[in-house]
Amino acid sequence: MSKVAIIDQCAGSDVRAESPMHHVKVPSVAANPGVVLEQKPFLGHMTLRGNSADDAFCAAIQQVLGVALPLQPSALVHDASGENSIQWISPDEWLIVVPGGREFEVETALHQAYSGHFAIVTVSGGQTLLTLSGPNALDVLHKSTVYDVHPRNFPVGKGITSNFAKATAIIRRPSEDVWELIVRRSFADYCYRWLVDASREYGVSVKV
Amino acid sequence: MLHIYCPYCGEHREESEFRPKGQAHIIRPKDPVNTSDEEWGDYLFFRENPRGIHHEMWVHAVGCRKFFNVTRDTVSYEILEVYKMGEQPTVTAATQQKGGQK
Ligand SMILES: [Zn+2]
Repeated sequence: MSKVAIIDQCAGSDVRAESPMHHVKVPSVAANPGVVLEQKPFLGHMTLRGNSADDAFCAAIQQVLGVALPLQPSALVHDASGENSIQWISPDEWLIVVPGGREFEVETALHQAYSGHFAIVTVSGGQTLLTLSGPNALDVLHKSTVYDVHPRNFPVGKGITSNFAKATAIIRRPSEDVWELIVRRSFADYCYRWLVDASREYGVSVKV
Repeated sequence: MLHIYCPYCGEHREESEFRPKGQAHIIRPKDPVNTSDEEWGDYLFFRENPRGIHHEMWVHAVGCRKFFNVTRDTVSYEILEVYKMGEQPTVTAATQQKGGQK
């Protein structure tokens, strides 16, 4: 157990939470939408920093999250349930996404499992996850980012950070037909409006 | 638009993901108290402005947020090599002259 003061930052279910999209206007659903845009609000997002050359660090992550720490650049891995994921962000930084409310449990377990030099910080309130699917999802991405999202360059299990619209977003591909975007809370409104506008020509169905 | 290879992400990315951070391999004087004003001024303010080979730092600001080094030709903008922090360049003004290029 490392000597670090940690607190449960989740307010609990008796406090009303507002997602970064709580205020947005949802357009009427198009018939046969080419793009399905959905928010998955209130997930547990955590930034992990540490030294992956330390086997004990990697073992602790594996033990707590049930999935190996990805060491390959731009790798995105999920556990068997598909609910917990770890994404490579940088050689010493990862993004962990877990079901909302699990953050404190993960943080505590990690500090118990590993006492070396590392940091895990809950950033759930600072960002949100959007999913893009439908036959024209890729067309919308092509319009929105400088990164090459063609499937030959972007297989399932990849996640990168790049320019999105004029903001920054994490773009990831958890499965064949679904793309995930993780955007900053302060840019969520802008990115949402951009996405609805860019999707309009294909017909869009929105669920936030 | 430059297409820059990030040695940490292991792939080429668009220039808009990066920021240039000036001349690389600048060494801070080891003993600031006994460093002359001139030497300290050179360290703080004076930078090379070569025509041709330039070793410079870039940061992958929108991606992995790591700094790395680039050897770039300031005339053609061609990036001749990219190497991680702490490493030394293999392409220099001297090696380029020997090779008879440029
Ligand atoms: Zn990078």
